[in-house]
This record gives sequence, C-alpha cells and structure tokens, in this order.
Amino acid sequence: MSFVVLCPNCGAREVTDFEFGGELVTRSKERPSKRELSAYNYFRRNVAGVQHEWWYHRAGCRAWFVAERDTRTNVILSTRLPEADASAGPTVNARPPGGTPGVGSGTAA
Amino acid sequence: MTRLPKRPGERIDRAREIAFEFDGAPARGFEGDTIASALYASGRRVFSRSFKYHRPRGLLCCAGQCPNCLVSVDGDPGVRACTEPLREGMRVEHLNAIPSLDRDALSIVDVIGRPFTPPGFYYKTFKRPRRLWPLYERALRHAAGLGRAPTKRPERRWRTDYRRRHADVLIVGGGPAGLAAAARAAQLGADVVLADEGNELGGHLLHTAGTERARAMSQCARDAGVELIVPGSALGYFDGIVAVWERDTLHQIRAAQHVVATGTVEQPLIFAGNDLPGVMLSGGARRLVSLYALRPGNRAVIATTADRGLEAALELLEAGVEVVAVADLRADATGGAAEQLASRGVPLWRGVTVVEACGRRAVTGAVLAAVDATGRPLPGSERRLRCDLLVVSGGVTPAASLLLQAGARSDYDPSLGTLRVEQVPDGLYGAGEVAGLGGEEGIELSGALAGADAAHAAGFGDEGSRDRAEEERCRLGELRPPAAASAEPPSLAHGRGKCFACLCEDVTAKDIRTSIDEGYDSIELSKRYTTVTMGPCQGRMCQLASIRLMAAETGQDLTAVGATTARPPWSAVPLGALAGRPVEPAKRSAIHARHRELGGKVMWAGDWRRPYDYGDPQAEVVAVHEAAGLIDVSTLGKLMVRGPDAGAFLDRLYPNRLSNLKVGRIRYGVLNTDAGRIIDDGTVCRLDEESFYVTTTSTGAEAIEAWFAWWLADWRMKVTLTDVTQALAAVNVAGPNARKILEQLTSLDCSNDAFSYLDGKRAQVAGVPCLILRIGFVGECGYEIHYPVAYGEYLWDAVLEAGHDHGIRPFGLEPQRVLRLQKMHILVGQDTDSESDPFAAGMAWIVKLDKEGDFIGRWALEDFSGREPDLRLVGFELRDGNVPAEGAAVMGDRRTAFGRVTSSRVSPKLGHVIGLAWVPRECAGDGSEIEISDRGRRLTATVTTKPFYDPEGERLRS
Repeated sequence: MSFVVLCPNCGAREVTDFEFGGELVTRSKERPSKRELSAYNYFRRNVAGVQHEWWYHRAGCRAWFVAERDTRTNVILSTRLPEADASAGPTVNARPPGGTPGVGSGTAA
Repeated sequence: MTRLPKRPGERIDRAREIAFEFDGAPARGFEGDTIASALYASGRRVFSRSFKYHRPRGLLCCAGQCPNCLVSVDGDPGVRACTEPLREGMRVEHLNAIPSLDRDALSIVDVIGRPFTPPGFYYKTFKRPRRLWPLYERALRHAAGLGRAPTKRPERRWRTDYRRRHADVLIVGGGPAGLAAAARAAQLGADVVLADEGNELGGHLLHTAGTERARAMSQCARDAGVELIVPGSALGYFDGIVAVWERDTLHQIRAAQHVVATGTVEQPLIFAGNDLPGVMLSGGARRLVSLYALRPGNRAVIATTADRGLEAALELLEAGVEVVAVADLRADATGGAAEQLASRGVPLWRGVTVVEACGRRAVTGAVLAAVDATGRPLPGSERRLRCDLLVVSGGVTPAASLLLQAGARSDYDPSLGTLRVEQVPDGLYGAGEVAGLGGEEGIELSGALAGADAAHAAGFGDEGSRDRAEEERCRLGELRPPAAASAEPPSLAHGRGKCFACLCEDVTAKDIRTSIDEGYDSIELSKRYTTVTMGPCQGRMCQLASIRLMAAETGQDLTAVGATTARPPWSAVPLGALAGRPVEPAKRSAIHARHRELGGKVMWAGDWRRPYDYGDPQAEVVAVHEAAGLIDVSTLGKLMVRGPDAGAFLDRLYPNRLSNLKVGRIRYGVLNTDAGRIIDDGTVCRLDEESFYVTTTSTGAEAIEAWFAWWLADWRMKVTLTDVTQALAAVNVAGPNARKILEQLTSLDCSNDAFSYLDGKRAQVAGVPCLILRIGFVGECGYEIHYPVAYGEYLWDAVLEAGHDHGIRPFGLEPQRVLRLQKMHILVGQDTDSESDPFAAGMAWIVKLDKEGDFIGRWALEDFSGREPDLRLVGFELRDGNVPAEGAAVMGDRRTAFGRVTSSRVSPKLGHVIGLAWVPRECAGDGSEIEISDRGRRLTATVTTKPFYDPEGERLRS
C-alpha cells in the first residue's frame, strides 16, 4: 500500500508519514443508549467508496485533519483542518505533485 | 590476446591499466573495462558453470541480461561480470564449480544426471529411503546454486539509504527514446528524473556507432535540468512508486507521469548445444567489439531471424573476423545490410537456421539447415561448418516489466514476431523500442512525443507545445515502420543434445515438453513446475522461448498461450539494498552516559535504553527504604496544557476533576477511552490558573500527545498543547533522607508542612530552574525533579554528591518495579490490557461519576459502576518462596484457568513474594486463597487488596 496524503499544513507527503485515525464518527452530545454506545465504540461503516476520516501527521506538523478518501483506490479527494466548516467544501484540493488527481495514487481499481 | 586498433566509441582507456585478481591469480585490464571484458581479453572463455548440470557457460549478452557471467566480487555473490566495472584490487571468484571453472567435478551431472533430474525431480527422485533425505538435501544444495551467501557477518562495507523523491515525470531508460523524452519534458518545465541501469547513458547507441549521438543527447538532457540516476536499476512499480537502486541508495520515486523507454532484450535461439561458450547474441558480440575493442572470435557463423544479425556480421567483418556464413531464417531477407554482405562476398543463406552447435567445452562448429514450416530441418539440407564463434539473434522481446507491473498487458503479435505491450494505463507512456518502434528517427521521435505527453498531463506546456506534439504524432504515424521484422524461429525440442530454453535454471526444451506431458500445460503452471523464467534473468532470455515451446507442443496459437505475470524485481538486487540502513531507533536520556559509568545494566524499555539496575537490585531497593535512592525518569511523557479552557479540557479527558485543582497541587489521573478502558496514567500538576503540567507513562508519551491533540482538534477549545518530553530531564530522589538531600541543594523550604505530599513547586536546585513534584510512586517520601535536558548530568551529579553522606545510591528500573509493586501502583500495559477498566482494576476512587459535565468514557463507566466485573485486579502474597511467572494462570472454581498473574517479585523489605493478578471476583476479597498454575506447579497464594507496604501511606506523606 502506498499513496500520497495531502496535509493541509505541509502539503503532499507519503502515507507513511501519517497515522490513520479511522472513520469520522460523531460523538453524541447526549447520553446514548447502550446499543448506540456500543455502535459508536465498536462498529464502523467500512464503506467501499468515499469516506471521511481522521489522519494525523505524526512525522510532520502533528496536526489532526479530516480527509475524504476513496477506500477502493486510496485516492484522497480532499483534506481540511477540522477548524474549517465541512459544509463550506474542501479547504484543500488533493492533487499529487504536478498531476491530475488519482494519478500515481493507489492501485488501479 | 591483443585488442583491436582503437575504435571510435570504445570505452576503455588504454593508458590506464588496472590490476585485479581472478580465482586467486593476478589479472589485468584497462580503465573502462568490465570484469568480463578484461577476462575475455586475457583469453578466458568459460565464465560460469550452470545451475544444475554444471555445464561451462561463456559470455552471451554482455549487457547484464543473462546469467552466464555471474561471479562473486570480494565475497559478494551474484555480480554480473559483463556489466561490473573493473576496480583496482578487486577479488573476483567463480561460483558453483568445484574445484575450478575449467575442471568442474560436478559436470558429471551433465553426463549421467539426466534420469535423476527431470523437471520437479525433487518430488520424484531422491525420495527413498526417506531417512536419507537430509543427506540428499545437503548434497543437492551443495551441488546446485548460484553461489553462497557469506556465512560470516562481516562489518558491512556499504550501507543503503532510502531516498523519497517526488517528481513530475520519471523516465526509465536512458537510450535515445528516454533521453529525448527527458529533454523534452524538462524543457517544458517539468521536474524530471531519469534512471538507466547501464554504466553510461545512450542505450543501444553505444554499441551501434552512436556514441557521439548518445553523448550529445545526454548533455541536452543534463542542460535541461534532468536529474540523472546512472547506473540506476528500476526494480519495480509499486502502487505508483518506482524503486530505483543506485549502488548505496534505494530511490523511491513517486512521479505523476512515467515514461518507460526500457528498450528490448535480444533473444537467443533454441538448438542443440545452444549454451556452449562461443555462442553469443549479436548484441553481445557487437558490445565486445565496439566498447572494449575485442575480437570475439576468429571464424564466425551467424544465425539470425532479423536485420540485427546481418548488421552484426558487417561489424565483425570490419573487426577482422572471418564470417563463414550468415543464415537468415527469413526467406525474403533483403535490404542494405544484405546487399553489403553480398558485396563483401559473405554467403547469405535465406530460410536457413542453426540446428546444432558442435563442441564439448566450446563451439567448434555449427550445423545449419533449411527448416520446414513447423521448424523441422529438411533432410539433406544440413551443412556443417567449422567455427569458433556462433552469433545468434532470435529477435527481441520488449523489456516491458514496469509497464506490465503497472497494469499493461502483453500479447503475442505475429506481425512483429514478438510480444507487444498494450493497454498501457493512464500516467504511463511507452516510448521507443519497448513500444514496438524501430529506426533511429522513429525511436527518438516517439521519445520526444512521450516526454511532451507526460509533461502536458502533468500540467506543463502551452498551446504551442501541444500543437508541436500533435504534428509529431502525425509524423510518427506516417513514419512508423514495423520494428525490424523478425521471422518466427522454430522451437527445436526434438534435436540431439540439450536445447536450453532457460539458462538460469538449466531447463531444456525437453523439460518443458515433459512438464506438458505431465499435465502442466498452461504457461503459468509450466513456469512453476519447471522454474523456467524464475531464475536471475527474470525471464529476459526465456519467457518468449517458453511461450513458443508451449504453443508448439500444445498446438495452441501463440496469441492464445498468454504470458507469465511480470513481477518485481526486474534486476537482481542485494537484500541489503532493500533492507536499508540497519536503523534501530534508540532513545537515550540526557543522563545516559552516567548510567553507563555507574555500571548500569542497560536494556531496552520500549524505544528507550534504560538501566535495569546498577548491579544489585535488592540493595538498591533497601537503600530507597532506609536511606535514599535516585532514579532517572526522563522517559516520562511530559505535556504542557495551557489556555483559558485548559482545566475544562482536562476535565473532559480524565474521569476525575482537575479544573478544581489548586495551583501548586498534583493529582493522579487515569485516562480511558470512550469504551471505558484504561489507556494511560500519570500525574497532573497545576502550575498557574491556565497551565497544567501533565506526565504520562514512558511508552504512552507519543500516543497520549496524539490522543490529546485529537480531542482538541475535535472540540476546538482555547487550549494549546506543547510536548516537552524531549526538552526536560527528570529524576526522582526518594527515601527517608531525600528531604535532607534536597535541602542542601535548594533554598526552598522543604519541611513537610511547607512542601507536603502532592505539592508541586518551582525552585532552583543546584542553581538549575526546576519543577519539583512531591509524589510517591516508590512508596517513600520522594521528589520528582523536572529540569532542562541541558543540565541532565549536572543535576544528577549534584544530587548524588549531596546525598553521598546520606547513603544515596542510584537505582534502576527493576528495583523501581519492586518498590511500586509493594505499593500496588499499577503499570498500565503490564497490569492492565485493552479490556481493563478502572473499576475492575480496583481504582473506583479515581472515577468521579458525580462530576458535572461529560468526559471521555463517562457513559461506559456509568454502566460498569453498577456491575460486578468477572475479574478483578488484586494483590497476592506467597510465603513459600515460589515466584510465579508473570502470565501464569489463576485457576477458577471449576479448576479452569480464569485469571492471570501480571506482576510478581520477591520483596526484600517484606521477605516474601508479592504480586498482582486478575482473579475471579468470588476470590477477590482480602484473605481469599487463589490457586496459580505456573509451568506445571500449583501454587496457593493469599489475596490482599491493600498495598503490601505502608498501606496507610504514612511514609510517603512524612
């Protein structure tokens, strides 16, 4: 597995610089039921497609950010710092160095 | 042997001689020679013995493609003599021959071995009696192989570094197509890297009288700013990364666009005795002539299926070789080269090929014959010619491994007589011969065009450059001649003698036929069974041949046979190059040198190197109890949490209250996940209204920083987080005399009233600004002093000196473990696991469910609080002297393993064995007996839930 992740602070870096934080899940504001709590703690959607997920730039700026990744191709479609409002759209458009999105990223589907 | 008169493009520098050693004897060559060319010049013709039959093998390709010249250099096996430049003093030795290349005792296998060594012989022969197999195996391993890996582990003379390189365009192959592509892409503004496996850029130009052109094109690429990696072998395509090995660097190149201009590999012909020394590919013969000014033989016979054989004949003539005859399999061979040969009076026989090479140790003659449509020699057409050089050319196959690994397909194209690469994925471009082009103009043009396309796709160029590329595309379309047409060579699996399909693994055409007879009748199965294409040449010399044999034997169409999967590495590479620099990251505290000087037994603790003890762990424990001890705790994770929301932030992370902590006070805390499981513990000290100093476990430091940062990113509170783990050293001075020692070093009032247990104070100690935390991990009055790393050894020394008269001694990790166990202080990760919650771990007091507001793990902990856990973490005592192993099973009531021991030690202070264990809840009460099953022993221990030592904590508060 090998692909490029675009850190909103540092730019394009190899995936080995980063730590994967898993799917974006919302922590309930209210006390969840036992079933909801169990789902929140232990169950993930694990989609074959585009998902929002946490990444941590461990070997770089040590910032947590949110990436939109296609789990089938490992293409990172966009990344943004959590400060940015998600509804405003991606803050950074993922683009490998000099290339069109997707080229050189991930395995051919 | 003398060299030819000076050649225009020769690589050798005749003014500079180089001395080296071959099999212990001195040898000489010129600067610019390869090992093989120098040895060839001195008359050597046998360079290796084959893998299985120990047949003599000589130079074939002279281009690093075939396995025939593998030697060891200075003890490292697997070096190709034909491409390895000669160095002064190098020690070259042959592989796989006993005792010498010229007299190999094991060549007996060639004569008598046939019945014992069919394909897959290791499944068929040498099986019975079974008990003898180890003997057979040893003998077989000894007899076969490609050299020996060094058994000793010498100090590595070289080290490999990894290098990550992001580029716009990567060009693989530095022939005319690759150089044209690199120059064009770079001229359009792209960041271009070019890698070529040869010693010099230029590809086939170098041995086809194109040296001038090659040098001009290289200069052009260099001027355009292309990064050139020469020699750099592109090993494979891995998910968008191309690994390029250049001597002591493994480049991992990620480019947005790739141009693959890897050219072609010339193919041998299959006929009886086709592996004899003296049988040489046309490219090999030409390289010897043009690069090293060597005459490859005196009387040559040439057998070819395409024009390149005719061109080689002309060059040999010009070098003074007598060309006896040229056999061209094409019935209609015409063109410039054919006419020139005719004018020189060389017989050119059309529709004829070679069916046998004569000779035992070297070629002494060749049998040529006309063949029918199926490739069988026509009776009566056979002609035997005397010669000492048999130049063969069986057409070419594209060196398309990288393209194929990236997802392209290769299919047999009858019109080309070879494989053609198709369906090249986006982001890759084939250029030059690998893409099926021929002719100098076409090759260069296709390179320039691929370079332009790649640069455009990477976002460079403008309208003008695009127009130019379109013009070139048209011109290439008009120009595009089929790459030098090649006739389909026959697959002579029925000839006399051995017809080798695969030189690396000694697989004959007959072996492939046998494998088909045995049912391995697809190309992939036959490959696995016979190991054809699996040797060091990676199929360069045998893939096409194996496809042809498969088609001929099964009656399938060539296009239907398919091709075996291309896998990395394309070139042989030492494992050391892939393993990289042997880096074991080790963290050492700022005081580390002192631990060594004091005789500390340094061991791994996670990534840290820490002293386990200083020679006498028991005495160190006693010193802490009775006088004072000093331990380096710099490994603790240290976080500064600052900001208006700092208190509120910590309240949401910890299950206890921290926002109400008074300035200058310390509280212990346990971190949980939202599932209520313990992940770390440590202390929190409030420095001022908005600042907290948080310590974590040594191993948890990085993870907890990430954990804090993660929640902070989510909650976006007004807090800043600073990791000061590497900035501060820390020592813990503990014991009844600790106070007296500290008082000598600071003006701070250290009396128990002014500086009580769980106070944190800033003060100067020995003149160093410190944060002193009065905590009691080891159970005695103790001061944890945190201070800048720059003073690491200085302060350590100062404390030891001040404590000298008070009986201080340094103590290590092991005594600290005993001391903390006496106090039942848990070690997260040792006494807890990913399922442990604070209630079951006996720390219900740390969870404040009545505190207002949400915190991580609250909901799960609320559920746990009303529930009896199955297992509880409790202390146990054993008075019979047995120390159960950590991990030993605790038996449940039905005499099944239920819990486990997590810590156990002999306490020198208490005089018996103490420990911590997870036990079933019904025997978790004080005084209960538990049974421990430890390596076949049954031990009975008594449960206790109170600390073993100083249960009321009077000593650490005093």
